[in-house]
Amino acid sequence: MSTFTLIDAEQAVEVQARVAGGRVLLEPGSLKDTLGWEFHDGQLCSDAMCIPIAEASALIRDGGIELDAFARALDRPLAVDVEERAACLGASARERAQALASQHAPDFTLPDLAGRSHSLSEHRGKKVLLVAWASW
Amino acid sequence: MWQALSEELKDRGFTVITVALDKSADDARPWIEAARPTHPTLIDTRHVLADLYNVVNVPTIFWIDERGRIVRPNDVAFGADTFKHITGLESARHLGALRAWVSGERPALTAEDVRRHQPLPREADQQARAEFGLGQWLWAQGRTEAAERHFVRGGELAPHDFTIRRGTMPMRGIDPMGPQFREMVQAWAGAGQPYYRPLPDTAGKQ
Repeated sequence: MSTFTLIDAEQAVEVQARVAGGRVLLEPGSLKDTLGWEFHDGQLCSDAMCIPIAEASALIRDGGIELDAFARALDRPLAVDVEERAACLGASARERAQALASQHAPDFTLPDLAGRSHSLSEHRGKKVLLVAWASW
Repeated sequence: MWQALSEELKDRGFTVITVALDKSADDARPWIEAARPTHPTLIDTRHVLADLYNVVNVPTIFWIDERGRIVRPNDVAFGADTFKHITGLESARHLGALRAWVSGERPALTAEDVRRHQPLPREADQQARAEFGLGQWLWAQGRTEAAERHFVRGGELAPHDFTIRRGTMPMRGIDPMGPQFREMVQAWAGAGQPYYRPLPDTAGKQ
């Protein structure tokens, strides 16, 4: 068992895991401590919600939580680099599409050049022109 | 580019927020400092905005009303005509429409039009963004060869996403204005796909 980096919502956390036959098996206690997910009674649960798992044998292997199956259960995309011992849990297409279809502008918080954080929601009550640009 | 407009309309309950999808604050800094902006100019090295708003190229602009609703989704507009000879897009159409909206002379798009024009991300788009997220983290760790694999994979999954295909070039030692970029755009255009996708009412002549 050694550490594996999981990037979730732009935050990198170190989870205890082992790699067996190309599969990443997360140590259940470590997953609960870092991302707050726990498998019990046929469900994968966090503070906010529980997801019923139809086939527990696909999720739990040799006492570990299989990373691919974990991402699938959460309906989230997963990019993995087994060699680098790192993976990124992306945002669910369904969730993002629903949010945009609602026409509510998703809130975000980002830094300026001085490192000071700004949120879109601070400008509620004003009309906003939001511009995504880049130097490239 | 947007500072003049921001200054002109700032007393009308309006603000500009710019977000740079760059690999570092230092890449965006010279542009921002030259503009001497009085509005928020933010840095987004991890493409948070691209993920939330399904942004696939720059520039992409949104109008958001006082209640926090998107009233013009994913449009292409420039604040000035600096690149008009390359893009074929003139700034005046969008600026005129924006002024009319801010002053209350003309409404923004209807909810029905917003729905019709709002591009929604598919699973492959979000898989591509996860590949970007992993690549960007690996790159920031100095693991550039591993990062390259995920940037390339992201571009394959979402070939229309130039925040990945072009936006990662500076992290991969590729000139984002150079021959590889031009080749990429030519191949894309050759397949009948537009590099910019402005909404029909701001498209003008291209």
